[in-house]
This record gives sequence, structure tokens and C-alpha cells, in this order.
Amino acid sequence: MSDTKAEGAEQTGTWQPSGDRDHHRRPGELTPWELVRWAWRQLTSMRTALVLLLLLALGAIPGSVIPQRGVDALKTQDWQTAHPHLTPIYDRLGLFGVYHSPWFAAIYLLLMVSLVGCIVPRLFVYWGGYRAEPPTAPRNLTRLPDHAAYSTDDEPDVVLERAGRLLSRRHRVSAGDGWVAAERGQLREAGNLLFHLSVLVVLVGFGIGSLFGYKGGVILVVGNGFSNSLTQYDDFDPGGLFDAAKMEPFCFTVNDFKVQWIQSGPRQGMARGFQAPITYRESCQGDPSTWSPKKSYDLEVNHPLTIGGTQIFLIGHGYAPVVTVRDAQGHVLYNGPTVFLPESSNFESFGVIKAPGLKAGQDIGLQGLFYPTFALVNGDPVNVMGDDKNPTLSMLAYVGDLGLDSGVPQSVYEMDKAGMKLLKKPDGKMFRVDLQPGQTIQLPDAAGSVTFHGVKHWTRLQISRTPHVALTLLGVILALVGLLGSLFIRPRRVWVRARRQDGTTLVEVAALDRSGGGDLTAVLSSVVDALQSDRRTAKETTG
Amino acid sequence: MSNTSWETLSNQAIAAAGVVYFLALMAHLVEWSALRTVPVTKAAKVAVPAGVASTASADETPDAATDEAKTYRIEMFGRLGLLLTIIAVAAHFVGLVGRGMAADPNRVPWGNMYEFTITGSFVVAAGYLLLRKRYGLSWMGPIVTAIVLVLLMVAVLWLYDPVAPLTEALLSYWLVIHVVSAIIATGAFTLGGITSALYLIKARAESRGKVTDRGYVARLPSLPTLDRVSYRIHAFGFPVWTFAVLISGPIWAHQAWSSYWNWDPKEVCAFITWVIYAAYLHARATAGWRGRNAAILALVGVASLWFNFIGINYFSTTSQHSYANGAPVVDMRLR
Repeated sequence: MSDTKAEGAEQTGTWQPSGDRDHHRRPGELTPWELVRWAWRQLTSMRTALVLLLLLALGAIPGSVIPQRGVDALKTQDWQTAHPHLTPIYDRLGLFGVYHSPWFAAIYLLLMVSLVGCIVPRLFVYWGGYRAEPPTAPRNLTRLPDHAAYSTDDEPDVVLERAGRLLSRRHRVSAGDGWVAAERGQLREAGNLLFHLSVLVVLVGFGIGSLFGYKGGVILVVGNGFSNSLTQYDDFDPGGLFDAAKMEPFCFTVNDFKVQWIQSGPRQGMARGFQAPITYRESCQGDPSTWSPKKSYDLEVNHPLTIGGTQIFLIGHGYAPVVTVRDAQGHVLYNGPTVFLPESSNFESFGVIKAPGLKAGQDIGLQGLFYPTFALVNGDPVNVMGDDKNPTLSMLAYVGDLGLDSGVPQSVYEMDKAGMKLLKKPDGKMFRVDLQPGQTIQLPDAAGSVTFHGVKHWTRLQISRTPHVALTLLGVILALVGLLGSLFIRPRRVWVRARRQDGTTLVEVAALDRSGGGDLTAVLSSVVDALQSDRRTAKETTG
Repeated sequence: MSNTSWETLSNQAIAAAGVVYFLALMAHLVEWSALRTVPVTKAAKVAVPAGVASTASADETPDAATDEAKTYRIEMFGRLGLLLTIIAVAAHFVGLVGRGMAADPNRVPWGNMYEFTITGSFVVAAGYLLLRKRYGLSWMGPIVTAIVLVLLMVAVLWLYDPVAPLTEALLSYWLVIHVVSAIIATGAFTLGGITSALYLIKARAESRGKVTDRGYVARLPSLPTLDRVSYRIHAFGFPVWTFAVLISGPIWAHQAWSSYWNWDPKEVCAFITWVIYAAYLHARATAGWRGRNAAILALVGVASLWFNFIGINYFSTTSQHSYANGAPVVDMRLR
């Protein structure tokens, strides 16, 4: 995309009928074919590309301001409930999923077409023009904005021969009758073309990556295993052409989770040094005899594990209290670690424990908070820090029907309290299940008991596969290389004319910077100086 | 030196840098206000070597003698402003080093918004000093000192954070690569934006026929020169920004967040900025967009750049880049 293209567009913009056949047509009237051609020229003109580029930027703005479904579904829901009037309008405009919306796709597809239509013809032009000789010197060099002249006693041929020798160092040179033309910097256009082609490569690579790839998340309590199949994921975000059969057959177990807590200073209570040692097999589905050997890896933030083309990232952690719920007869209704979700950076966590009863209407539900380091400050429960120094559960207990058999899928982090009754003390006061590790509490109304055994860590792992990531990376790097070439290679033409005039030789030098960013006075004076000093040294050697 | 004394040193150095930038600004203001009374054509004589002028001054009229004194004053304040800027940049640098040394373990001073801002403003000031001679940027003195002063005040008053260890996600050598390139590009684009703004001011004054031979605007370089200087600074900044936003950023994101492009608000805004600057570079190649329109695009670019740098952190809470107030340790979002 350069001046030439824009000029081309302007020419087509002022189209005029020509030829006898079109004689009867009014000016500006086009046949369908001409209309198509005109539209194509308009689309592939640089001005259109520029406008499309700006539209792309403009179109991306809502995505950075309005919460996006694909980025943060929870946040989007909150926003939607907070803005009931705007939501339907925004929804129709696709503003909650800008980057997947038809109008956004339209902009970038048009931009791509414009890019291709712009670049491909120029590729051929460049191919043909690269080997061409530098153009003949203009007749009147003094008409160019940057020119210089001096007189000398040397014969024109001598001066021109010298100029040709001088300029051939960093230019391609051609010569004619009384002139020398030199050109350099054709690689600028090559860089420009490389940049635009690479942008196409990046777009294609990005497209492949998001169409064929996937991103999924899973929360694993320490000690639990995972094998890579769809059903094992808590959330799964596949690309449009994702094929589940191509998922790599690995599996792994999270053995431990280590974290350091900063004990002092301004970031006191901040966690760092996360480490999740895991053991994994690259292939462990089907017959155990075909499984690959066990390997181990310490998963850390910024240090993902790569298995084949899939990567496993450690992106979160939290606490899972281990609780046993019994009914009145002592039957174990629920036993095990339950994932609680941290509500703040000090890991005060919220969770729900659902214990289906043996008989209908005898389900026990617990809902409340987990404090890693519990303290009472003026009678209020406070969580001091994220480390589990004084783990404490404080929950409300419910009895009734959890609705687990209704067939409607439920979130494990929420309790449907429609069929549940809050348990209160016999005197009608608030009853709380306040427990520390090892303690057991009897529920009121002889509903059962709850035992808190201790707490385990859970880790949140992101597992993703982005095919052809290397292609995209290569594309961006080539784009940068091309960009550097197109910005810093200065295409330049220099012409020298010499002729006899009034008994001396008049030498004219002119230069043209085709990038529009150069300062040519220095170039001109260096050429003139070199021509003159060369003469001096030549004279000294001969004389 | 202990960590706390490094931190104190850093804070004092930044405060000192702020004061000295202020003095430099004052010196430049005196210089330029004195210049207002001297026509541009006359000021050209300032460049004449002192020896030549003094031989003639003996039998000059009193008017010329006051001119002489004025010229001397202008020159002196100009040099003073430059010298003070150099001192301020040095103090600014000490502030940055102290910030890095105060942390345990020692680290690059790019962990939170305060540190990003003091580094960004340092790059603006240092870039001005480096390019001053090459592109003849002495006219930029008062503007750069004023902008850097304002940025430092914003940093100290609103963004200040005590020295703290880096959050886990930042512990990567990509921090150095990614942030250094982003900050250098930010500094370059800011300088380019200043040039473009003055281009517009001068172009407007010229089109209204308001340019006399006095005053600041008259003393700015010619429009083509401003345009060229602006282009060169942007042409330097753009590949660096490309590297920061579209190469090192995605590589790091791929390592830390599992996907190289997350449509994170900061990413989107950085991409928008990239597109605007790409449009700027294109605009200069397209007839009819050169000059004025290109300069407007450059200003839109700077606005988007600084909004992204500071604004996004307060505007959007979903950004994984929001290091403004003790960012969550690891991403806690759950779908």
C-alpha cells in the first residue's frame, strides 16, 4: 500500500467513458462488469484499507470496555443484571461477544480481502521491476526540489565516469548520453510486501489456532488425577472445528501443592512460590500395558508442562475442607474434600456441601465460609491471612430436598434452597456449624452430625491446545523484519548530468527520496563533495 | 545499604528529580518568554560567535547593548534549563535503581503502576536528551519538562506503592523484555505525539496568518521538519511497540495464561493503539492524509496509549494486567 496504489484509486475514481461503443452512455454510467471492477479497485485502494484499519480499531473498543462473554462470563452476567435496559440492545448488536460478532468479522474479512487485493498485484509489479535499470535522468535536474550544481574544468565524460564509479558502491547504476542514474533501497518495498504477507500468515495462523484448538479448565484437589477427555473438564471452550478424537491421551496426578506466604512487609499475606509437583504419563488410555512410563514435573506459574501439543498451566489455587456428614443414625452421607472458592486475596472462601440423604426430604446442605487463619476481632470473625494457620469452617445448615434428583444440572458451588429448611437452635436462635479440624458438631433437630477433618489444597489447571502456534509466531517475527525493512531502508535515486557550457563543464546533481522521510541536502552535498575531492586526488596523482 | 535505605534513597531521588524538573521548566520558561521580545530573524544572530559580536558592540547603540544582554540571558537560561534537565534525569535514574535495589530479591523496577510510570517518564526525558541534538529538539525543552513533571506528580501522589516483591505471574525474564520494549515505545510515541501536537498548532497558526516573527510558535521548526521529525520518532517507536505488543506479550501470555491472545482489555487496547499507529504510518504514504490528518492520528494514538497505560487499570477490573492495587496472585476467575 503506497502512493502508487492511492493514485491508481484516484484514477479509477474519476472514470470516464471512452471509445465509440460507449458513445451513447452518460458520463459515470457503468456496466455491471465495470461496476464490479470499480468496486474491487475501491476496496483494494489504500484509502479503503486505512479506513478499514481504523474501523477495526474502533470496533475493538467496545470489547475492551464492555465485559465479554468469552473472556469473563460471570462478570458479563453481573453486568447484564445491573443494566436490564441496555442488555437487549447490546445483545442484538453483539456487544457481549464483539470478537465473534458478524460485523467484526465483516471488518476483518474486508480488510483481509483488501490486503490481498493490494499486495498480490504489487508482488508482480515488484518482481518485474526489481531487475529493471534505474530510470533515465530527467532532462532538467534543477526542477527537482533537491539539486546542486558546480562547474569544473574536467571533461563531462571524466566526471560521469567518476560519478558512476562513486555511486556504484551502494547503488545500482545505469548511464546514458551525458547522465548517470543511480538507485538504491529497492528492498524497502520487499520489506513492505513481506510485512503485509506476514500479517496474512498471522491472521491465518490465529484463525487455525482458534478454530482447531481448545481451552479447558479443571480444579483438582491434591491427590486427585486427571485423564485428558472431555468429561473430565470443569469448563471447556473448544474452537469451531475442534475434534475431540484428536485430544492427546495423557493423564496426570497432582501430588502436592506448595505455597509460600510472605510474613512481613507491605505485601504481607501475599502468596508466592507456587509449586504443584505432578506425575504424568504421555499415554495412558486403553490397555495399561500400552501406557507410557511415568514422569514427574513441578508445575509452576510461568512454567507450563507441555505434553505433545497440549500445555498444562497452573493458574489458581484454593482450599478444600475435608468434611464428613452423617445422618441421625450415623450413616455417612458425604465424606471428602469440597472445593471452596476464594472470595478475596486472603483466601476467605465460600463453599457448599451437599449431602443427599438416604430418604427423600432428609438431604443435608451446608453453606458458608472457610477461614484459613481465623481470628475473632471484637467478636467479629476475621480472616487474618491466606495461610492455613487456624483453619475454621463457619456454615449454616439446611435440611430438606436438595433437588439433586430433579434432573436439572446444578452448580456444585451453589445450593438450591427452595426445598431446604434452615436449621435453628431449639431456642430459635441462629445455629452455625463452627468447626476446627478434628471437631464434630451435632445438628439441631437430631438431623445428624458434621465432622471437619482438616483441609487440603486444590489447584486450578488450565489445559489448552493451540495448533500451529509456531506458524503464528513465525508470521509475527517476519512481519517485524519486514516492518523494519520498510521503515528504515531509504529508497533513493541520484542523478548526475554533465555538459560543456561556456568553456567549462557544468555538473548537476539531483536526488529524490522516495520514502518521503529523508533529508536529502546532506546526501547531495556528500555526493558533490565526493565528486570534487575525487577530482583533486585524481589531479594530484596525475600532476 | 539496607533495603529500607534504598527505598528512602529512591523516594528522595524521585522527589529531587521532580524539584529539578520544575526548576528546569522555570529556566526554559524564562528563556522562551525572553525570546518572545526578540524577532526570529534577529535571534539568528545569537548563533554568531561571541568574539565577532563583541568587537562591534563598542560603538553600538544602547538598544543593541540591551539586546546583547538579553541574548546573553536567553542563552544562559537555555543552557541552565538543559543542565537542570540532565541533573533531573540523573536523579530520576537513581530513583529507578534505588527502587530495584530496595526489593528483595533485587529486581527490575517494573512491578506496579508507580514503577511503570516513573520509568515511562524517565524514558521520555532521556529520549528527549538523546535526540535533542540530532533532531534539533531544543524547542521541546519546556514541554518535556512540564509533561515529565506532571507524570511524576501523578505517580507520587496517586500511584505510589511501597516496594514489594513481584507477584508470581511477573516472575519471568519476559518481564524485562516485554516491559522494556513497551516502555521504550511509550516514551518514543510520547515524544512523537508532542511533535505532532506542535505541528498542528503551528499549521493552524500559519493557516490563520497569525504567525508573526516573534513567539514560541514562530520559533518552532518548519512544518515539513516537524512532520519529518515526528515521523522518524514514530517510525522508531512502531517496531518496538510491535515487538512489545504482538511478539513478546503473546509469548509471555502463552507461558503464563495458557493462551497467547486472551482479548484481555489491556491487550485489546494495546492492539487498538498499534492499529492507530499503523494507520498513522500508512496515512503518511497516502496523498491527502499526510501532514495534518497524520498528526491527528498520532495524537489519537498517544491518547489511546496513555489511556491503556493508566486508564484501563481503573476502568476495567477484568484486566489481568491490573497491577494497580495488589493484583490477585493468580487468576481466580471461574466460569
